[in-house]
Amino acid sequence: MKKIKCALIGSGNIGTDLIYKLKRSTVLEPVWMVGIDPASEGLARARDMGLKTTAEGVDGLLPHVLEDGIQIAFDATSAYVHAENSRKLNELGVLMIDLTPAAIGPLCVPPVNLREHADKLEMNVNMISCAGQATIPMVYAVSSVQPVAYGEIVASLASKSVGPGTRANLDEFTYTTSDALVRVGGARKGKALAIINPAEPPLIMRNTVSCLTDDEPDQKKITASVLAMIKEVQKYVPGYRLVNGPDYDGKRVTIFLEVGGLGDYLPTYAGNLDIMTAAAARTAEMFAEEILAGKIQLKPTAVEAA
Amino acid sequence: MSAANTKLKGRKIILHDMSLRDGMHAKKEQISVDQMVKIATALDEAGVPIIQVTHGAGVGGNSLQHGFAPHSNEEYIGAVAAKMKQAKVSVLLVPGLGTMREVQSAYDHGARSVHVATHCTEADTSPQHIAYCRKLGMDTTGFLMMAHLNTPEGLAQQGKLMESYGAQIIYITDSAGYMLPEDVREAIARLRETLKPETEIGFHGHNNLGMGIANSLAAIEEGASRIDASVAGLGAGAGNTPLEVFAAVCERMGMVTGVDLFKLMDLAEEQIVPMMDHMVRIDRDSLTLGFAGVYSTFLLHAKRAAQRFGVPARDILVELGRKKMISGQEDMIIDTAMTMAKQRGLLTEAAVG
Repeated sequence: MKKIKCALIGSGNIGTDLIYKLKRSTVLEPVWMVGIDPASEGLARARDMGLKTTAEGVDGLLPHVLEDGIQIAFDATSAYVHAENSRKLNELGVLMIDLTPAAIGPLCVPPVNLREHADKLEMNVNMISCAGQATIPMVYAVSSVQPVAYGEIVASLASKSVGPGTRANLDEFTYTTSDALVRVGGARKGKALAIINPAEPPLIMRNTVSCLTDDEPDQKKITASVLAMIKEVQKYVPGYRLVNGPDYDGKRVTIFLEVGGLGDYLPTYAGNLDIMTAAAARTAEMFAEEILAGKIQLKPTAVEAA
Repeated sequence: MSAANTKLKGRKIILHDMSLRDGMHAKKEQISVDQMVKIATALDEAGVPIIQVTHGAGVGGNSLQHGFAPHSNEEYIGAVAAKMKQAKVSVLLVPGLGTMREVQSAYDHGARSVHVATHCTEADTSPQHIAYCRKLGMDTTGFLMMAHLNTPEGLAQQGKLMESYGAQIIYITDSAGYMLPEDVREAIARLRETLKPETEIGFHGHNNLGMGIANSLAAIEEGASRIDASVAGLGAGAGNTPLEVFAAVCERMGMVTGVDLFKLMDLAEEQIVPMMDHMVRIDRDSLTLGFAGVYSTFLLHAKRAAQRFGVPARDILVELGRKKMISGQEDMIIDTAMTMAKQRGLLTEAAVG
């Protein structure tokens, strides 16, 4: 079966884990890995796994986009360079899946709004953050039952699973995730907190989602909605699990989750890595299926430089 | 009677008051602006040079996770800063919770000193924030929390990182009140060897094992020049190093703090103790924090979870210590209590409705 060819930009934890996810896909094929350091471990690993590599950044990839038929790119670099990467690739008709906190395109959480983006043929979709992918489905599950005045999430990550990019840019992570709790989750106000815990052996990713409802929570409906949404997320992240709750304390609804990964590049505790890469791969697959079925056609787009 | 130890005679120590920030934890974040202004004014008159204010979790602290204070942080900072004659107003910034936007806003309302706090192994989550605070011209501390969970060499390396981002002061922060004087001595000595001579060193203690003063003295002997303390110990857990007691000890030892001891004693007796909701002291649960190495702020959260789910607070705290939960993980207190309640047959799993 024909597959859609993909490029991965950024050879850190996320980019490397994506190789594993794409290799398993029936509709996606990872072809290029783009880095900036010729000596990087990520590029060496990509070569070992049969990908073409360049250490010259996106500019090193551009001359090969058309001849290698690249149609989808994943950007796992940083918010600062994403806009420029996206502009250059969109001009060549490549769809951009943004895994940085840049969020210049619409925000995507697969079980909530992927269908919408595919229908609109967006050329840049943003995956928010690992915490956003883990928690927004839950906020949405509550807000689709009754109005949520405030949604707050706490993501606890194992120190070993948090790369230098995230560490150096924690505020961007906070802003992007808080904003998405509102725009995608459906809360009127949102706040995201991140904790990096160095315990050994590393702790599995945990997320606590709290919603304040306007009226008394309809416990039966909310619990059913939450459990149904967990099943949806489990379709692409099997280790997504309810540990406790929903706990009802007045108008506060609290859901305690654990996210186990598949153990592809990092061990299973790094569910934060998996939920991000799995959601990105799921998003790309939806577009790829549409392209392969001839339902949509990617076209070069001129994007104003940010 | 002469001082037993004269080697610290003449040493200048900067006392940094925590009553109105760490003390917020002991008051479930409910100190009012009026109370804060009144206490800060008394501290200012007593010559305390730096006073930390706002929500117990610092800028960005208002949340379901950490509780909501009755006023915004900006209201506390602005009201206090307007009344200060000599004291600097400081704030706490924990990256991952607080952001640069919030510290900018704190600065705009009058904050001029900041503790930028990370867990003791995660200093590299603070470079943006430390650089930003320095750019604002703030007196900037790198604050290594839960220091008992790292080695002296590890702490020194983390402190070195924060120094490289621009921190002018590095603190060893005994958030769990777990450290013993010998631990503090080794940590501060290693830090002193590693940092530039012009970088100051500080110590922030909790009194869960009754070591607040002894640990602060050990820190000073190894080169610390800043000590965090709270009037009457008003702070999380069994409280911080009690400010007025420590000031008395410094005076007996001939150290120079510039504070008026009697005014601080009066403040403790007449204002702080009467406003306590519970006696901040070493009781069964706060002693458990110090003994098991658990973040002091967890105390009141664990007591509430104990009431809701029927699992004793001490059992919850010991389990949190075993699971190596760190500052900011207050959500895991309810989670842990619920899991324990299920194991004990006190709670059932959510089922499809």
